[in-house]
Amino acid sequence: MDLLTFARGPGMYWAVTIFVIGVLWKLAGVILLRAKRDLSEARKPSAWTGLRAILTRSWPRRAFVHGTAFSEVLGYAFHVGFLFTLVFYLPHVLFFEDVFKGLLGVNFQRLFGVPWPYFSGGMVNFFGAVAVAALIALLVHRIVNPVKRLISNFDDYFSWLVTIAPLVTGMLTYGHVGAPYQTLIAVHLLSVELLLVWFPFGKLMHTFTVFMSRGTQGMQFERKGATL
Amino acid sequence: MKGEAMRNDDREITLGEYLAARGVSRRAFLKFACSLASLMALPPSAGVAMAEALAKAKRPSVLWFPFQECTGCTESITRSHEPTIESMIFDMISLDYQETLMAAAGHQSEAAREQAMKDNYGKYLLLIDGSVATGLEGAYSCIGGQTNLSWLTEAAKGAAAIIAIGSCASYGGIPKANPNPTGARAVSDIVKDKPIVNIPGCPPIPAVLTGVLAHFLTFGSLPELDPLGRPKAFYGETIHDRCYRRPFYDQGRFAKTFDDEGARNGWCLYELGCKGPVTYNACATIKWNAGTSFPIQSGHGCLGCSEPDFWDKGSFYRPLSVAHWGDKATLGGAAAVGVALGAAAALAARRRQDKIVKGD
Repeated sequence: MDLLTFARGPGMYWAVTIFVIGVLWKLAGVILLRAKRDLSEARKPSAWTGLRAILTRSWPRRAFVHGTAFSEVLGYAFHVGFLFTLVFYLPHVLFFEDVFKGLLGVNFQRLFGVPWPYFSGGMVNFFGAVAVAALIALLVHRIVNPVKRLISNFDDYFSWLVTIAPLVTGMLTYGHVGAPYQTLIAVHLLSVELLLVWFPFGKLMHTFTVFMSRGTQGMQFERKGATL
Repeated sequence: MKGEAMRNDDREITLGEYLAARGVSRRAFLKFACSLASLMALPPSAGVAMAEALAKAKRPSVLWFPFQECTGCTESITRSHEPTIESMIFDMISLDYQETLMAAAGHQSEAAREQAMKDNYGKYLLLIDGSVATGLEGAYSCIGGQTNLSWLTEAAKGAAAIIAIGSCASYGGIPKANPNPTGARAVSDIVKDKPIVNIPGCPPIPAVLTGVLAHFLTFGSLPELDPLGRPKAFYGETIHDRCYRRPFYDQGRFAKTFDDEGARNGWCLYELGCKGPVTYNACATIKWNAGTSFPIQSGHGCLGCSEPDFWDKGSFYRPLSVAHWGDKATLGGAAAVGVALGAAAALAARRRQDKIVKGD
């Protein structure tokens, strides 16, 4: 079995399986925890309004904008670049459509009436480059900034590595740079598989937990009378 | 014996003399040599050198053994188009054994093979098409009561070089496809001590064999090979890189079915499973049937037939980027396992909480 056959076959199969097990393990483990009973009286009648923290905390506060703008702007640049690269590139669309059809038994276009949209290769390459540049700048910032460096551990650096790896290998594959195409696409798929396997067990899990934790915290704060 | 003597006399005549006697002009021969040189990415001056060397060359003895094969390679190489100077290249060699083409049969043909091997020991070129059956000590494929395996082992000893024609001889090909009932192997799996050139393809492009033979006759050596033993001049780039539909790939214009507007407009066939990006061959440049067309030009994606184990690499119609992610049952099972693990972890945490509350 050559590298590409492994990456497209058992490699991807096991990575997806581990990803699903890991994500649901972590989510169920958190959701089924017993919440600590709050015996105090709520300062505001409905704590559900605390859900607005999901929105307000996703945007820099004017008072802190000076200190957080760099990370926020680059953070958004990375996330948008990564998302567009992941979701709107035809070879990726073909993969997702296959998963979509396998799970729902019907293709995307038949269900929604429109085909899955995608950008040209050059456009996606641009978004990929933005994401890579943002990730590199964020890493430099993490290393240079003494506070960030102090609170960083293996998880931060390894999660950074497994995130940038599919982007870089994907762009090399697009440009046929450095190795034969089948080696590049195999390495790209393997890097995605590494990302999937690491995903539930490191900080990348924030993809699923970020809004849960923000919402929960917002509800708790608002119950205590904080203005969000 | 008279025929044999004549054949040996023929071999003493130089190729230039031989072709001149067949009515091939020097101009046509030069043109042919130059086009071969350019096909093989040799400098322009090499064309003239090639023509001169070829004209002086003696016709070497060539033995062509068909093993586990479908004769598609022979069909491709001998019947690809009208007899042209390219097919005349077969006059450059003394083809002393080729079951499909030779008039002799039975014991006569076996005698011819043995005689050619004896007369040209250490000098003949051995061409193989088809894979070598190794199961049951090679009994799955026999000629004249002998196994292909024993033929190959014996003939390889006296060969100057071996050319494996087609994907079966090069990698095992379709006979080697899972579950490989005959224990099919590539020539290079059996013979380890001789120079071997692989010319894969199902079938291979005729000009590649012509080019390799011309290189051998001109320079007395085999052309530069890639890690899979293929001549770099022909297998140096992917079909995708040289495909005339490549701009559509870059623009994101793809045929979704074989009869939609994209297909009619000649857009890229990646979405229909084309294996061009991972296939090294010269189909997109040399093409087939005297340069008329190649599969992608005819509207079908590349199958990747010149790559090892192309038959076992999943559906021809599954896009390259679509990997085996599993199925509903597997993902359902994985989800159940995940939730169970999560519930167990939460339960353990709750028990710990209870212990702390109780002050244990």
